[in-house]
Amino acid sequence: MELIRAEALSVGAGRRPVAEGIGFALAPGGILAVLGPNGAGKTTLFRTLLGLLAPHGGAVHLGGQPLGGLSRARIARHLAYVPQAMDVPFPYTVADYVLAGRSARLGPFAAPGRRDAARAAAALEELGIASLARHPVTRLSGGERQLAMIARALAQDAPALILDEPASALDFGNRERLAELLSGLAARGYGLVFSSHDPAFAVRLADRILAIGRDGRAAAGPARDMTTDARLGALYGLSAGAVRRARGG
Amino acid sequence: MMPLSTRFSAGERRAVPPVLWAGLLLAAALVAAVLTGPFALSPGRILELAAARIAGQETPGAEAAVLFGIRLPRVAAAALAGAALATAGAAYQVTFRNPLVSPDILGVSAGAGLGAVLGIFLGLPVLAIQGLSFGFGLATVALVMAVAAAMGGRGETLTLVLCGMAIGALAGAGIALMKALADPDDQLPAMTFWLLGSLAGIRPGDVLLALPPMLAGLVPLVLLRWRTGLLAMGEDEARALGIETGRLRWMVIASATLITAAAVAAAGTIGWIGLMVPHMARLLAGSRFDRVLPVALLLGAALMVAIDTAARSLAATELPLGVLTAAIGAPVFLVLLARRGRGWS
Repeated sequence: MELIRAEALSVGAGRRPVAEGIGFALAPGGILAVLGPNGAGKTTLFRTLLGLLAPHGGAVHLGGQPLGGLSRARIARHLAYVPQAMDVPFPYTVADYVLAGRSARLGPFAAPGRRDAARAAAALEELGIASLARHPVTRLSGGERQLAMIARALAQDAPALILDEPASALDFGNRERLAELLSGLAARGYGLVFSSHDPAFAVRLADRILAIGRDGRAAAGPARDMTTDARLGALYGLSAGAVRRARGG
Repeated sequence: MMPLSTRFSAGERRAVPPVLWAGLLLAAALVAAVLTGPFALSPGRILELAAARIAGQETPGAEAAVLFGIRLPRVAAAALAGAALATAGAAYQVTFRNPLVSPDILGVSAGAGLGAVLGIFLGLPVLAIQGLSFGFGLATVALVMAVAAAMGGRGETLTLVLCGMAIGALAGAGIALMKALADPDDQLPAMTFWLLGSLAGIRPGDVLLALPPMLAGLVPLVLLRWRTGLLAMGEDEARALGIETGRLRWMVIASATLITAAAVAAAGTIGWIGLMVPHMARLLAGSRFDRVLPVALLLGAALMVAIDTAARSLAATELPLGVLTAAIGAPVFLVLLARRGRGWS
């Protein structure tokens, strides 16, 4: 079964689309990386896939169902979102923050119960941050915050995860741990979509890559084919030679 | 040192739940308030009278008249007003994702003040002044929301707050005009006293009048306690977590406004409670709104009862509540802030 399918999708927050011709399919265990220069519309694409923005054209299907017909709770049970940065006005404990992931599975007037707390605790355990459960999220390091956000997404029990620039705030060590974590999740059957500024990071993890150029045109293909020197040069406005030098080749 | 919020908020192993602390404080404040007053009533006599009332017997005499006609209604009104302002403040703070927001951010107090001042200026009876105040409070927020909605969706919260400021300022100008036109011997003192908040004239009927709108606002907040808390995560994230935020936000604002308008109509403009008590509640109960709400309700009631007791017993004349809440609230607030160490987060 396909977790996410996008066909001839064009996305944009304003009147005009910022990116067009987006097409891909994500199956369980698959990893799709989205590459593109700043402002190419990566976050806009994610917001569209989550149903937060209406598409300008084309179609999105989640688990075979058209996105437009799904309730917010149904979408959340299918697709979990890991935002680029954590932005909370109050010092929630890590446990309470992760518990918020259970919301789509609660009745309208219910608060999370013991089972939800257990699921949240299991998610913390899975990511190795159980010891941080009672810490305020406002005092976590960048890497710990990223893990807390991913734990919240796992607590959502959705088969697909969308991660917006998950590596951008991380140091070398945390990046490596994140890479291991993400490929572990995919190996367990989660479907992952993430955006990255770093083609090398993307190509290491992803089996497929969606590239959105500065002109807003999107192309998808196997990771190796999409990250040749010439392709990357065209994507970021560099010569193939400059890309080769940047890659140390 | 671990912050208080960490020590208390996780839940399972704390010795005394914060709700219990807040409940004990409220009980203590209620007992002290009922026993305090210019007309001396012993605890034993109060219990006798109360028992007689509950048994359905006649309770003639001055003592009963003071207890049931003046003191208990006043204590009840103080508890209700404090609970109302604190819960509305807590709801507004999560909805606007800002711990500096108080329940009158959208102009409910300014509008209610204008209604009351207008009523006093027109020489209306007390009940009509309260009705006018309640109506103007709600109408002001409705106007703010309508204007903000007409301006369109982007940056909704900021638009709302700015519209609230502008329309609140307009109401403030109306209040100033009424004060300038008012009879300085008779109407002006009444207006000033009302605007600073007072429970001096409260009667049993006023309490019964304020109760339905407060409950009508409180019930949705209690039912939606978990979802409301998610609004603090921000629009996109709350929606991605599966919450239909649009309807929820209007519901919470409408409920909190209803509660505030009822409190302001009964007790006048009382600052600080709605801003400060949610902070105290979060220090005790952590950041989760579903846990903050009951603690804020009880603490707000306790603090308001204590402050009103002080207002009617500290000096020979009644002190305005707004003066005391600010005089007590500001230092307490600063102490909390300092203990917290790192500002707001």
